[in-house]
Amino acid sequence: MPENALPKLELKTALAAASGNAAPLIEIKKLSLFYGQAQALKNISLSIRERVVTAFIGPSGCGKSTLLRCLNRMNDLIDGVRIEGSVRIGQHDIYAPDVDVIELRKRVGMVFQKSNPFPKSIYDNVAYGLRIQGVKNKSDLDAAVEQSLRGAALWDEVKDRLHTSALGLSGGQQQRLCIARAIAVKPEIVLMDEPASALDPIATARVEDLILELKRDFTIVIVTHNMQQATRISDDTAFFYMGELIEAGPTQKIFTNPRQKRTEDYVTGRFG
Amino acid sequence: MNPIPPTGMIIPTEPGRHFRAGKFDFWSFFFSGLTGLATLLILAILAVLLGNIIINGWPNLSWHFVSTIPRKDFFDPATTGVLPMIIGTTIRVFVMTIFVLPIGVITAIYLTEYAPTDSMLTRIIRAAVNNLAGVPSIVFGLFGLGFFINFIGRNLDEFLQNPGPVWGQPAVLWASLTLAVMTLPVVIVATEESLKAIPLGLREASLALGATKLETICKVVLPQALPGIMTGGILAVSRAAGEVAPILFTGVAYYMASLPSKLSDQFMDLGYHVFVLSTQSPDIERTRPILYATVLVLLLLTFALNFVAILIRARVRKKLRALG
Repeated sequence: MPENALPKLELKTALAAASGNAAPLIEIKKLSLFYGQAQALKNISLSIRERVVTAFIGPSGCGKSTLLRCLNRMNDLIDGVRIEGSVRIGQHDIYAPDVDVIELRKRVGMVFQKSNPFPKSIYDNVAYGLRIQGVKNKSDLDAAVEQSLRGAALWDEVKDRLHTSALGLSGGQQQRLCIARAIAVKPEIVLMDEPASALDPIATARVEDLILELKRDFTIVIVTHNMQQATRISDDTAFFYMGELIEAGPTQKIFTNPRQKRTEDYVTGRFG
Repeated sequence: MNPIPPTGMIIPTEPGRHFRAGKFDFWSFFFSGLTGLATLLILAILAVLLGNIIINGWPNLSWHFVSTIPRKDFFDPATTGVLPMIIGTTIRVFVMTIFVLPIGVITAIYLTEYAPTDSMLTRIIRAAVNNLAGVPSIVFGLFGLGFFINFIGRNLDEFLQNPGPVWGQPAVLWASLTLAVMTLPVVIVATEESLKAIPLGLREASLALGATKLETICKVVLPQALPGIMTGGILAVSRAAGEVAPILFTGVAYYMASLPSKLSDQFMDLGYHVFVLSTQSPDIERTRPILYATVLVLLLLTFALNFVAILIRARVRKKLRALG
């Protein structure tokens, strides 16, 4: 697909402008989401800073994953979803009618709760997004695959078996492969939906280390059920409850000195 | 009465109270016997059928028989052969497969991937597909005659300004298309099932990387669904290979001196030849050996076509497992 055929979001330019006046990278304004009649998100306004890790926390069904999926419009895939309000990424409303969703998703990558490598080779998994974008040159692909796998701290473990099936990797390796696959297309933002919830503690620690590495290059938004994880890896935290944003701010403040009673109850484990 | 035992403690069984052999349960015994009997009956029928054909057909099978183009009087066991019928049946099955697989797969892709779930239109299409599967095969034959030959074929002749009927008469192509229409539901249903079995996570992974829906279907969904789609193809081939009714008016010939060479030719067919041998023979006793042999050839050909398809599927599966 010729790249110039797509209307660009021009995030880079927007980012440059944004960093000048320290505007947030993602600006959610009065966002409400409905599944048919049921309202899953209620009037949410939230700013997400560039190149930090922002954690979404809250009990199951609070809407944090739904909100995450609003940021790359994955909710578009579900029948009967209706959205009000706006989400701006680098000053561009991603729900504006002229936005190319495909282009948006190249710039806002996603890692899912359940690792979902394609039943292809490790190499083909990482190269998938680039090939979709029309990259055919083998040395370009080789370089990008190596760089992404190194970026996901997986290169040393798989460099000798790049052309074997990705399904032969362990659960933790598969999830890091999915991260490598997501960063291979060089997104600005990486969304992570409970990326470590299905992993053992050692694999979880590796993924957490990786996230801290990644924030130098990417803006990361992560949904997590794990309070300790949120404190370990995130700079900012947003707490959701019943589809509402209860409180958002620096992680340290949310966990040690929250303004809201409900936030305090949740982060101290009194409910949830 | 005993106190409630603490959790984790094993409750001792009173001797003789539980696990005692109960009364003879007549209905359990009867029902399990019935299921076994039914299975045996099926096996017995199959054994008698295949045994009869093999025992009576095998001695009459010869290289001469399967490699000879018979003369007009094909009831003579000494000189007859079934080469044109083997070729005719094989060709019509192949041509049918070429048509039914793409059309069936594309329809299934529309139904599972694009059609709005539970809309009126989708439900009507699904109902139509199911009804298509229930239509008697002779009706397909009449449909083929009316639609393909009398409508499409004749208009094609007129359009091409053919001096005589070329397409407006029974032909391999029309017989194959009629069979394709008949086996369409088999392919559609099998493909739909295999598409639905692809995890949502894989589709989401692809879409989240900026792939379009079409790219996702072509690069992630279809390769995974291929073995299931091929199962549909195998079922369609099995069903079509032995069918006679749909080709009766649409392409099969009682006798042809030469082999078919183009899609507008008629053809001879094994299944139809069995019918001819058993109903048109002047001396049924004399024809019986070649009748058995022809039936055996039909069975072997059907198995062979299936076997080839299953082999291809096995290779695809192996490739998917090894690498994908």
